[in-house]
Amino acid sequence: MAKVDWPEASKRTLIGKRISRTDGPLKVTGAAKYSYDISRPGLLYVKLVTSPHPKAEISGIDGTAAAAVPGVKAVWKDEELQEVQYVGQIVAAVAAETEEIATDAAHQVKVEYRVREHQVRDNDPALSKDKPSNLTVGNLDEGFAKADVTMNGNYGCPVITHCCLEPHGQVTEYRDGELYIWPSTQNVSRYSDGLRNDVDLPQNKIHVDCQHMGGGFGSKFDTDKWGKIGVTLAKMTGRPVKIMLDRDTELMIAGNRPSAYAKIKVGAKRDGTITAVDAEVWGTGGGGGYSAPPIPYVFGKIPNRRLVGKGIRTNRGGQRAWRAPNHPQGCFLTMSAFADTAALLKMDELEFFQRNIQFTDRPTVYTEELNKAAELIGYKRRAHLRGDASPGPIKRGLGVSIHTWGGQGHPSECDVTIHPDGSVEAACGTQDLGVGTRTCIAMVVAETLGIPLQAVKVKIGRNEYPQSGASGGSTTIGGISVSSRQGATAALNALLEVAAKRLGIQPDLLEARDGQIREVDNGSKRISWKDACALLGPSPITKRGVNVPGESAKANLASQGVGGAQIADVSVDIETGIVTMNELVAVQDCGLIINLKLAESQVYGALIMGITSALYEEAVYDTRTGKMLNADMEFYRLAGIKDVGKLTVHMMTGKGYDDRGVIGLGEPPVISPAAAIANAVANAVGVRVPQLPLTPERVLAALAQRGGSAA
Amino acid sequence: MKPFEYSAPKTLKEACGLLGDTWGKTEILAGGTDLVTSLKQRITQPSRVLSLKHLKELHGIRNSRGSLVIGAMTTLGELAAHSDVRRHFPALVTAATGVGSPQLLSVGTVGGDLCQRPRCWYFRNGYGLLAQKDGVSLAREGENRYHAIFAADGPALFVSASSLGPGLIALGAEMVAAGPGGATRSIPATEFFRAPQSENEREIALKPNEILTEINVPLKGLKNGIYEIRHRHGLDWPYVTAAVAFGGKEGSGGARVVLGHVAPMPWSVPAAAKLLNTARPDEATAARCGQVAVEGARPLSQNAYKIQMARTAVKRAVLAAV
Amino acid sequence: MQDEHEHPDVLSVSRRGFLKGFGAGTAATSLLSPLSVREAEAAERGFVGPGAVPVVLTVNGRKQTIQAEPCVTLLDALRNRLDITGPKKVCDRGTCGACTVLVDDKPVYACSMLAIEAEGKHITTVEGLGTPEKLNSVQKAFVEHDAQQCGFCTSGFVTAATAFVRKHPNATIEQIRSGLGGNLCRCGTYAGMLLAVADAASGKGGRA
Ligand SMILES: Cc1cc2nc3c(=O)[nH]c(=O)nc-3n(C[C@H](O)[C@H](O)[C@H](O)COP(=O)(O)OP(=O)(O)OC[C@H]3O[C@@H](n4cnc5c(N)ncnc54)[C@H](O)[C@@H]3O)c2cc1C
Ligand code: FES
Ligand code: FES
Repeated sequence: MAKVDWPEASKRTLIGKRISRTDGPLKVTGAAKYSYDISRPGLLYVKLVTSPHPKAEISGIDGTAAAAVPGVKAVWKDEELQEVQYVGQIVAAVAAETEEIATDAAHQVKVEYRVREHQVRDNDPALSKDKPSNLTVGNLDEGFAKADVTMNGNYGCPVITHCCLEPHGQVTEYRDGELYIWPSTQNVSRYSDGLRNDVDLPQNKIHVDCQHMGGGFGSKFDTDKWGKIGVTLAKMTGRPVKIMLDRDTELMIAGNRPSAYAKIKVGAKRDGTITAVDAEVWGTGGGGGYSAPPIPYVFGKIPNRRLVGKGIRTNRGGQRAWRAPNHPQGCFLTMSAFADTAALLKMDELEFFQRNIQFTDRPTVYTEELNKAAELIGYKRRAHLRGDASPGPIKRGLGVSIHTWGGQGHPSECDVTIHPDGSVEAACGTQDLGVGTRTCIAMVVAETLGIPLQAVKVKIGRNEYPQSGASGGSTTIGGISVSSRQGATAALNALLEVAAKRLGIQPDLLEARDGQIREVDNGSKRISWKDACALLGPSPITKRGVNVPGESAKANLASQGVGGAQIADVSVDIETGIVTMNELVAVQDCGLIINLKLAESQVYGALIMGITSALYEEAVYDTRTGKMLNADMEFYRLAGIKDVGKLTVHMMTGKGYDDRGVIGLGEPPVISPAAAIANAVANAVGVRVPQLPLTPERVLAALAQRGGSAA
Repeated sequence: MKPFEYSAPKTLKEACGLLGDTWGKTEILAGGTDLVTSLKQRITQPSRVLSLKHLKELHGIRNSRGSLVIGAMTTLGELAAHSDVRRHFPALVTAATGVGSPQLLSVGTVGGDLCQRPRCWYFRNGYGLLAQKDGVSLAREGENRYHAIFAADGPALFVSASSLGPGLIALGAEMVAAGPGGATRSIPATEFFRAPQSENEREIALKPNEILTEINVPLKGLKNGIYEIRHRHGLDWPYVTAAVAFGGKEGSGGARVVLGHVAPMPWSVPAAAKLLNTARPDEATAARCGQVAVEGARPLSQNAYKIQMARTAVKRAVLAAV
Repeated sequence: MQDEHEHPDVLSVSRRGFLKGFGAGTAATSLLSPLSVREAEAAERGFVGPGAVPVVLTVNGRKQTIQAEPCVTLLDALRNRLDITGPKKVCDRGTCGACTVLVDDKPVYACSMLAIEAEGKHITTVEGLGTPEKLNSVQKAFVEHDAQQCGFCTSGFVTAATAFVRKHPNATIEQIRSGLGGNLCRCGTYAGMLLAVADAASGKGGRA
């Protein structure tokens, strides 16, 4: 009988290989249909009316003029909304025959506001009105008493947004008393939960379909207000309706990563050993609560430490999970403070990190990874203490960071069906955010059944398929690889029983390989895959595989907890303040890799997203108007292809890694880039640029403060 | 966008006849890369849009009586690829290619670049050219990191967006505008850009019923160059640019130093230019030139860093041009 | 409205289609709504709109007539009226390149061009470059080098890259970076893209 354990390296035919994603051809030809692309007969377009004020009472919404515009089919008003809390908050919506009519009519909805005083500033701890959180371990006074040096630093990173290229939204249609929704979502199986109180239909009459989606990064788990408006307008008009957020609304209200500003004190001995860390952090995630990012990050076992967190409530759109929530902030704040401590000690940064590696959860892994990263970037040869002393305006430097993440697979179910004609289907209510989920399921099933990749048809992206978790926190690959492996193994075993009878041997002597069912390690008794399936008669075999996280961890099918080390190489023009990426090296472990090409793509992508947050991203809010001034893609900058430099990715595989089972990879590599880059900039110019993004104006300001500006 | 009427006349005369004498009623459409965005942002809500696409006479580059004549409808891509432009005016090539996007280069026009509206984020968010709310300047006390460091004592604090403007001024160009009946007048590049004093003025010297038809750039054999400082290495707006031209016939005094993105109009600095009228500038002269160029700067609360950038840009532009 | 010969230059925009859209002649004016009267008057002075007019677009070799207001962008015309959804709407402000199409073989932001301006030109979208069964060399290389994740930027990149490769068959890496400088990707697929376009530019995998 086939065993569910992952095959050993020598026996793998697909797993761990570099394989092109199966839906690539659809994406490169425009054939892939995203929620934004769904068109239905009679489709109406919806435009939202949003608040121009950061805080205001609503005394009336008048949709008469809008409703009178020819082509307008319905105007929805939020009758329950009494007060808006941020610019961009949805107040009303207009459904019309064309997008142009809807846009024009939306401008004709008259909302009466009584403007109230607002607050959008987030960079002053005195603005915090909440009770601070406090996490103290050990004894700070003793810790600092043991220190030979004490470093005091201030650092910060602003609110940034997800800026998924496909905005949030969906197409909604009532047909024959059932509801059909095409949302751009990270949560196909449970998307309709959010409609429980809005729709009088059993959940099995709500059909959710998301075949391709244009990025989520943690912001697309919920049904959202626009999901509910879609249902309401579809009901009001009896027509399918499409709501996709405009870019400015998307950037203002559809999620962001909270800011984090910190005052950090680090005590260290002359040999570099850290004795105490005292941190006070503040920031905002909009009007809701705030949880302080972890400091000291990764070096969680430092004996004496305190973390005080102060949330600032602002009239801004609310936070959402942003790829590795709180980790990039904690990482940047911690690694900056540590690198500054190393500089104070006139100690090499890498050596300093290694000196303290025993304070991490995985000293061996980090040591191995740091060494590998150092080797790849030529650290020994090129490292210098803080401040590039070479002449000329271009200064070059290296910066180091390490990170951690969990990545345990979520609960997932997958039905694998073997048809009598030899075709195979895998159905799973998961979604492909662009990480290659579809491809990975096909690979696992094909590997398990010993058939070619193309022979497996993968059905995902619908809530009628077996339930699978939301794609967040690097949980998908662990979940779906185990459920599809389980399902495929069970289906295969059922087939082996049938084949065994025909071949006249015990089923546990059989294996599926190279398109055959054959005797293990012998092959003299065998039957082709097609012929074996034909033995099934008219009815297919369907088996459901299930990932139960605790159990798959015990069985080493999937586990959690990864490290990761990164080193950045930058050049800084000290006459203009411009930072240029030369290279970013990432060394990353993630247990058993299903598809090396896709895994590397994840890391490349994460590095670029990290570079973007390090150098460019910042939601700029205007204190007086409360508006996000750069709710566009011009001044809310994403890195372009010229900005990223050379990217070097090394995945840790083989013994000690593969045998841990599958672990998620979406989050970990996005955590370190900003920290490594900021450290590299400090290493280059000899002074800390304390706030992200590392814009030229901030670099020049830091240089001017030191009095070291070149010209 | 607010719906509008559209026309694409075949002759310049006809086109001129379709314009009125107030701003904003009829907007001129060239490549559309800025206008269409402005329409979506409702910065302007014209009832009519007048397309120049059929006006062949506005298209192309020719040599005429000691000048290169650049039609307003010439695309930035055509400008940057034109052999005469490449030979004589590297500054313009740098400026055009600096826009950084093949898509913008293939439709954005020279005229559109010169007439494009400012990118000030208060303006683009609906607070007008002067960025005011309840009579208070939002930019003066607010988020002014990208705003003016020169001429910032007037009500307009935005910076002129055109990358070609500073280069054309440095090269001593003249703009030609056609008005009612197709009658033309010429406007020295130095006078083409202006700081509006009220919301019903615009930032260029054209009248509402005029069309920019061509730009004459004299072929004086000046050495010229531009240095642009951008945050991203690709498509982005410059923080600061500097255009320089010098080295004409001995004693001609034709040297010019013009800063971009530092004032509501390209900012000429004659005092700095003087240094370039003397000899072949060396590194020290270039640095001195940069120093002199920023002497009158009056930064706002967040943009003092631009002074350092402007100093560097001038120095590097001079060295690029030598 | 008079005979079309009376205003040979004025109604240069799809005059025929325009006439069709309006029914015939001045005689009909009195039957039209006030808005249409205004439009008819405007038309005499060479204007069409603000209501819908017929617009003739040649997309991927096919000539099609749509009804669209002059304010409709080429992108919205393609997506909402012709169901050609390869070009995506992302920034809608001429910054990200997701909407890139070729107009007479040149890359253009379709979100920043009016549909009516594209009349008489040849528009090619990503759908016109290849099909899943028959990829062009750029598309093939994008798949091979995994130059896509979510794929939402991909059609714009493929289109821009195809235009670039056709014009620069032996491009350097630096040139490729500039050639793709008008597009943005959020998932971070630039590493694969550089390799892909370098491959396609070097003529591997056939014609773009
Ligand atoms: C992301 C981004 C980055 C950019 N970066 C830069 C940059 O770095 N430097 C730079 O210079 N530009 C930059 N641009 C702007 C771009 O160069 C302009 O949009 C383009 O040049 C405008 O040309 P157009 O033909 O498309 O003009 P249109 O959009 O058609 O017109 C622009 C304006 O000029 C008026 N106009 C056009 N032609 C005439 C004429 N002949 N007579 C009278 N009025 C006229 C129009 O009425 C309109 O107000 C950038 C644009 C974007 C979107
Ligand atoms: S959608 Fe057109 S450039 Fe972004
Ligand atoms: S692949 Fe997702 S935006 Fe480029």
